[in-house]
Amino acid sequence: MEFALITLLNSLCYGLLLFMLSAGLTLIFSMMGVLNFAHASFYMLGAYLAYAISMWIGFWPALLMAPLVVGVLGALVERYGLRAVHRQGHMPELLLTYGLAYVIGELVQLIWGRAPVPYRIPAGLDGSLFTFYGTSFPAYRGFMMLVALLMLVAIRCLLTRSRTGLVIQAALTHPEMVEALGHDVPRIAMLVFGGGCALAGLAGVIGGNALVTEPSMGATLGSITFVVAVVGGLGSLNGAFIASLLIGLLQTVAVAIDYSLRDFLSLCGLSFSSGTDLRLHPHPFWDLTIAQMAPVLPYLLMIVLLICRPRGLMGAREG
Amino acid sequence: MQYPQHRWQPFIAHRHDLFKYFRRLPTLIAVVVFVAVGAPGARAETLKIAMIETFSGPFAPIAHNQLNTYRMFADLANQRQLSGTGNLIEVQGFDGKGSVQESLSQLKTVIDQGYRYISQGNGSGVALALLDAVNKHNQRNPGKEIVFLNHAAIDPELTNGKCSFWHFRFDANSDMKMEALTAFMENDAAVRKVYLIGQNYAHGQAVSRAAKELLRRRRPDVQIVGDDLHPIGTVKDFSPYIAKIKAAGADTVITGNWGADLALLIRAAKDAGLGVKFYTYYGRSAGVPTAMGAAGVGQVRTVVYWHENNETFSGHDLATQFRAKYDDDLYFVSIVTMVDMLARAVKATGSVDPVSVAHGLEGMKITALNGEVEMRAVDHQLQQPLYIATWSALDGKRVKYDQEKTGYGWKTERKVERHVAAQPTSCQMQRPLKR
Repeated sequence: MEFALITLLNSLCYGLLLFMLSAGLTLIFSMMGVLNFAHASFYMLGAYLAYAISMWIGFWPALLMAPLVVGVLGALVERYGLRAVHRQGHMPELLLTYGLAYVIGELVQLIWGRAPVPYRIPAGLDGSLFTFYGTSFPAYRGFMMLVALLMLVAIRCLLTRSRTGLVIQAALTHPEMVEALGHDVPRIAMLVFGGGCALAGLAGVIGGNALVTEPSMGATLGSITFVVAVVGGLGSLNGAFIASLLIGLLQTVAVAIDYSLRDFLSLCGLSFSSGTDLRLHPHPFWDLTIAQMAPVLPYLLMIVLLICRPRGLMGAREG
Repeated sequence: MQYPQHRWQPFIAHRHDLFKYFRRLPTLIAVVVFVAVGAPGARAETLKIAMIETFSGPFAPIAHNQLNTYRMFADLANQRQLSGTGNLIEVQGFDGKGSVQESLSQLKTVIDQGYRYISQGNGSGVALALLDAVNKHNQRNPGKEIVFLNHAAIDPELTNGKCSFWHFRFDANSDMKMEALTAFMENDAAVRKVYLIGQNYAHGQAVSRAAKELLRRRRPDVQIVGDDLHPIGTVKDFSPYIAKIKAAGADTVITGNWGADLALLIRAAKDAGLGVKFYTYYGRSAGVPTAMGAAGVGQVRTVVYWHENNETFSGHDLATQFRAKYDDDLYFVSIVTMVDMLARAVKATGSVDPVSVAHGLEGMKITALNGEVEMRAVDHQLQQPLYIATWSALDGKRVKYDQEKTGYGWKTERKVERHVAAQPTSCQMQRPLKR
């Protein structure tokens, strides 16, 4: 029982971290139709800038400043990069962000080196929030979950309650009409791209000190954010939220399951001895446990979903 | 009149006539060159090593640290003329990108450039592929043999089933390290339930296998309550694994993890308030101390062939010199021992020919930074003492020097003698004749 509750808590925490990472990506895609391959690089940039600023001033100013700096950089990329290739279609935009990912990666290594940097959790948040059946729940994780939820609420409010948000929503489906009504749609696009990058930067500020801040930190997390975006439905923020919680649950619970195909078959009554020479094939696939496959299961989910329901959980149908 | 056999006949006959004057010339040139080059005499020889490592990507800092270690100690050896008067050791880096294909391609490049010594260590998969290629090359090209100097790849197969005369390993292999760890655990009554966790590839699987076997032999009362393998470099959140370890009631965790995988595992354990002891292979490797920080103090143990807070603090001056020159900590004392042994072999045999140097290395005993070491002739595995050390705060007495400027360092718990960690071997290598 206690293990189940702890697993649930862990999965909630991990799911919210994934949401924090993929919120910006979904927002950019829903507005501009471009899948930002450099999203994970902006996440990394946010972490490194937060490290630099926290070394200079402190963590809390870094929490405010680093996402702003990353947002401004994102806006500049949109204004001088994406806008120039926009008229050529989606593929050149995609390629631009792909190249940008490499450029940012190399720049970070040139400035801060190739080794991990000691970006630490601030002393105020370093400790246990509460003790749950003997396992302590770190205060910083609670902080991460809070920021993720605030992010969701803030984006929702911005999109539905503010004037800018309403214009953004209108520009999603009727950009020419909105422009005819006198709104500056390219400027809106720049704001949205900058905002999405700022969200990635914020995720970096929060996640960089809990996880290791190193030049390859974006590479592994980049792929899982795409999975969340695809599973949730490209363009749907609610879908991204549900998908990230689902994937968090799936991955965390799977680690606890030590059953393999052989165990499952023996439950059904079919047992067999390993006829293969274990020296030639030391790890036959029927001995592979679900726990060993756990980090791969989200990708499996994505493949299954793309086959059965290509628009994702809450995505809009194409066309 | 004789008609030509075919239309080219007159030309061939004509060329034949002209060439009789030139036929003698190449022979003459060859004789002159041979005399000039082959003449015996006191001449400076250079032992050139090509280091095929992963110089790009997330593991690049490790390779750069290794290359800097090579360079500094080769320079020292050259300055002190350890290889004999005028003889030099040189090292050059080649990017294998961590992949077998790329590393084999670099091997071809270095063979074409005339290198007779290669070195590699980060990744046993690549090491096995390189050794296979080196064996084939040496078989097909007698007189142009290559020697493979292994400074870090610890798959036991390289000195057992796949052993080769052309391969020398200077790091303690995976089974030796497990032997040292379990020898230490044998007397530790606090170890009752052990959990194994590792990265799901050859190394992690080898550690798990060795741990189960050796614990069964040394401590049959110890219960192995879990055996987890996770994909390498992918897991960011280890809290589910920590929850599993806690649910199993383990008091000790053995892991071969390295890099971010080890750092995140230890941090997750600290975050959850889990008080288990970690027995690691790579607690001292580049980046892990920075990522651990205060998290692993008192909890994390590692098995290493050398660390700065050893019983005589030997190597501290060299480590300080290295830090001043490269702003990085000295980790790879296996390379220091290797350069020392190579220099002595060159001096003893008087040549840099790989076959002579290889014969010279076999059975060599020297006093290295960690004590007396021996390059065992039967399998070319260096026998050396190992240290079990705990991550601790500096106390000025036993823990004087910190690592990676973190303010924490390693405290020696026990020095495991050479014969304790020594493993039997199934190696039956074929040796070429001495030159």
